[in-house]
Amino acid sequence: MNGGQDLGGKHGLGPVNPENNEPVFHAEWEKRVFAVTLAMGATGEWNIDASRHARENRHPADYIKASYYQVWLYGLEVLLRERDLMREDELKTGIAQKTRPVINSMHGDQVADILNAGSSYEREIPQPARFAVGDRVTARNHNPKTHTRLPGYARNRTGVIATINGVFVFPDTNSRSLGENPQYCYSVRFEAEELWGSGTHQNSCVYLDMWESYLEPA
Amino acid sequence: MPHDGHDHDEGSALSPIVLRVKALESLLVEKEYVDPAALDQLIDIYETRVGPRNGAAVVARAWCDEEFKQRLLADATTCIREFGFEGRQGEHMRVKENTDRIHNMVVCTLCSCYPWPVLGLPPVWYKAAPYRARAVAEPRSVLAEFGVTLDEDVEIRVWDSTAELRYLILPMRPKNTEHLNEEQLAALVTRDSMIGTGLALSPEDLAEATS
Repeated sequence: MNGGQDLGGKHGLGPVNPENNEPVFHAEWEKRVFAVTLAMGATGEWNIDASRHARENRHPADYIKASYYQVWLYGLEVLLRERDLMREDELKTGIAQKTRPVINSMHGDQVADILNAGSSYEREIPQPARFAVGDRVTARNHNPKTHTRLPGYARNRTGVIATINGVFVFPDTNSRSLGENPQYCYSVRFEAEELWGSGTHQNSCVYLDMWESYLEPA
Repeated sequence: MPHDGHDHDEGSALSPIVLRVKALESLLVEKEYVDPAALDQLIDIYETRVGPRNGAAVVARAWCDEEFKQRLLADATTCIREFGFEGRQGEHMRVKENTDRIHNMVVCTLCSCYPWPVLGLPPVWYKAAPYRARAVAEPRSVLAEFGVTLDEDVEIRVWDSTAELRYLILPMRPKNTEHLNEEQLAALVTRDSMIGTGLALSPEDLAEATS
């Protein structure tokens, strides 16, 4: 979606402002949001692409103004409501109503093993890759209102296949529970002038990881 | 911020978001969706056990051992797992080497993808709008804000983490460090140098920083 999250190339946002000796968390509530988000993620009620979409799918002004853990909290509440695991009046009153159990729940003694195992997004498919290293490709100009990992700034731009990364779960369908639809994912190199126009080339380029269906031969 | 829960404002010194998070957590615990012991574990792991010292150990090894470096560049996930750094948000690792001709840096313009097992959780600036907007379009001015100025003939490669690959930058080894061992070298490796928004410290920089 062309939402507030699609930030590449946007202007007017000010300096980066790195903080010296920054703590991991800035408030106790941030720790709690982080932990409940990871613990709920382990329930199997949604996948990582659905959770990214839940965070970005809101008014762009609200997205940009919110701090990151506020974005996470918002996304978690959306997912809980959508799946009828939590209702707004429960949050208002603090009184739990009867809701269904979750698929899994992560117990304290399982945390380290679950984190260390991670979750591979790489898959195998029988067909060969459509593109080879060195091929010139143009990113599609698509504007879905749903989740995509093809940023606006790269659409309709031409680059060169730098690496074939392997076959990966496709977020555009996985985020909507329409299947993993695994595809080849490539690192594609775009020159700065191609992305930002002439006179902007500061001897730089951008590499994006792009699924095969995002690309057409140039 | 429409979800700060203004209903809870009256008669409380706690901010609306604090109260809302407390209510959410206690409901999730009451429903047995989350185990309080798991929440404490998760916080402890990322607050105290996983962080950029992990990545620094990998970088220092690569500086000392050319054979390891070549394996790391070819198969980062496997090599990093040899240190015990693996799993969530590090399932598909890639390492990019900075040289005197090529400078790599990492961003996630669409969210905040970051290699947790080697760097821990990302700093606020990495997740915030200015860096995400500007790193891809004006990397040299972003680097200048971090105090990094590169020659015009150094090519800058910005890696936008749009998929599940996670990037760790292998910074250049500082000059005059031939006498240092792996552990001493690791102390020169900053978090930002592994994102590509900084350079590794010189031994003099480190002495100044710790004096």
